[in-house]
Amino acid sequence: MTIQVEIVTPSRQLYSGEVEMITMPGVEGEMGVLAGHAPLLTTLNIGELTLHNADGEPEYIAVSGGVVEVLPDKVIVMARSAERAEEIDIARAEEAMQRAEEALRTRPDEDRQPVEIAYRRSQLRLKVARRRRRTRPGVFVEDEG
Amino acid sequence: MASTREIRRRIRSVRNISQVTRAMEAVAASKMRRAQQQVMATRPYAEKALEVLSHIARLHGSGDALDALITSRAEIKRVGIVLITADRGLAGGFNANVLRQNAAFIKEQRDQEREVEVVVVGRKGRDWLLRYDPVIRAEFTNMPDTLATADIAPISRTIIDDFRSARFDEVHLIFTDFVNTLIQRPTVQQILPVVPAETTATMPPDYIFEPSVEAVLEQVLIGFTEVQILQAMYESIASEHSARMVAMRNATEAANELVDELTLTYNKARQEGITRELMDIIGGSIGLE
Repeated sequence: MTIQVEIVTPSRQLYSGEVEMITMPGVEGEMGVLAGHAPLLTTLNIGELTLHNADGEPEYIAVSGGVVEVLPDKVIVMARSAERAEEIDIARAEEAMQRAEEALRTRPDEDRQPVEIAYRRSQLRLKVARRRRRTRPGVFVEDEG
Repeated sequence: MASTREIRRRIRSVRNISQVTRAMEAVAASKMRRAQQQVMATRPYAEKALEVLSHIARLHGSGDALDALITSRAEIKRVGIVLITADRGLAGGFNANVLRQNAAFIKEQRDQEREVEVVVVGRKGRDWLLRYDPVIRAEFTNMPDTLATADIAPISRTIIDDFRSARFDEVHLIFTDFVNTLIQRPTVQQILPVVPAETTATMPPDYIFEPSVEAVLEQVLIGFTEVQILQAMYESIASEHSARMVAMRNATEAANELVDELTLTYNKARQEGITRELMDIIGGSIGLE
C-alpha cells in the first residue's frame, strides 16, 4: 500500500508521488503516516521530513513551519519553505549558523526568539544536507571481490 | 546643413543605442517568461490553502471568532496598502500606471475619511511617495527577481502585525496584473481580512486538528497571505518585463528608422560635396586654359 504525497511551498511544488511512508515533524512530535490514516490537519515544526520508498533509499527534505493535511490516501504538505537534501548549500548553511550563534551570544534575551529560530533552521539544514546520497541511484556498483 | 562627419557620428551613436535597446528587449523577454512560470508555480499552494481555509470556515459557521485575520471589522478607519512597483524605469507606462491607480485608491479612501498608510515595494514607488504623499509605513527595495518565502516574509509580517494591533482595519494589495504581453492591468485586491471563497471541493467532515483548530487556521492564514503577496509580486515582475520589452522594441524600431533617415541625409550631403568639388575642379581647369 502506498500513499500519495504532495509537498508545496508558496514558491513551488517540490514533490508529488507515491511513497510507502512519510515521517514529518508535527508540533506534537515526530509523526509517521501510512496509507489509511485518519483525516488530520496539523501544524509543522522546523524539522526533517522523510519519504520512505518501497525500493531504494529514503529521501530527506528540510521543512520549516506550515500545515499538513492528511487524508486516508493522500498527504498534502503546505510548508512555508522546503528544500531537498541535494539542494542545500552547505557552505551557506554553515555561515548562517555561525551568524546565528554570534547573535545568540550578543543579543539581549527579549530579542532572541527570531535568532533562535534562524539557528534551529541552519542546524536542521546542515543535518539534512549531510544525509545527501553519496551515490546516485543506479550508479552504485557492487564490489564482486 | 551638418557636415558629413557629424552625420556619420550621429549614425554610429544611434546604431549603438539600437543595439542596447535590442539587447534589453531580449533580456526582458526571458525574464518575463521566467516570472510567468513562477506565477504558475505558486498556484498549487494557493489553491490548497484556500481550500483548507474555506473548509475550516464552513465547519465553524463563518469562522469569524477563530482568528482576527478572517474577521471583518465593523468600522474601517485605517487602511493599509501594499503597493508593488519596480526598482527600475525604462518600462513604458508600467510604473506610472500602477502609481496612478494607487493615487486614485488613496483619494477614494480619504474621501470616506479613512487614514491611509503604504507599505511600498520598489524604488519607483518609494520615490513617488516621498515626493508627493509621504505616508510610508515601510519600504522594500532591491527585491531579487527570483523570490523565496524568506524574501517576502517581512512584508507579510508587517501587515499581519499591523492588522492584529488594529493599526490597519483593512489591507489592500495594489499591483500590476499580467494579462498578456500587450495588456497589464493595475489591480486592487483586498488581502486582509482574508475572505474565504466558496469552494466546491468536498473534504471529510471529521478532521482531527493538532494542536487546535486555531493554531492550524493561523498557520494557513499566514501562508495564504504570503502566497498572495508572492503571486502579486510575480504578476508585477512579469508585467514590468513585458512592458519593458514592448518599450524597448519600439525604441529599437525608432532608432532604426532614424538611422535610415540619417543615412539618406548623409548620402545627400556627400553627393553635394562631390558635386561642389567637381565644379571647383572644372572651374579651375577652365580658368587655366
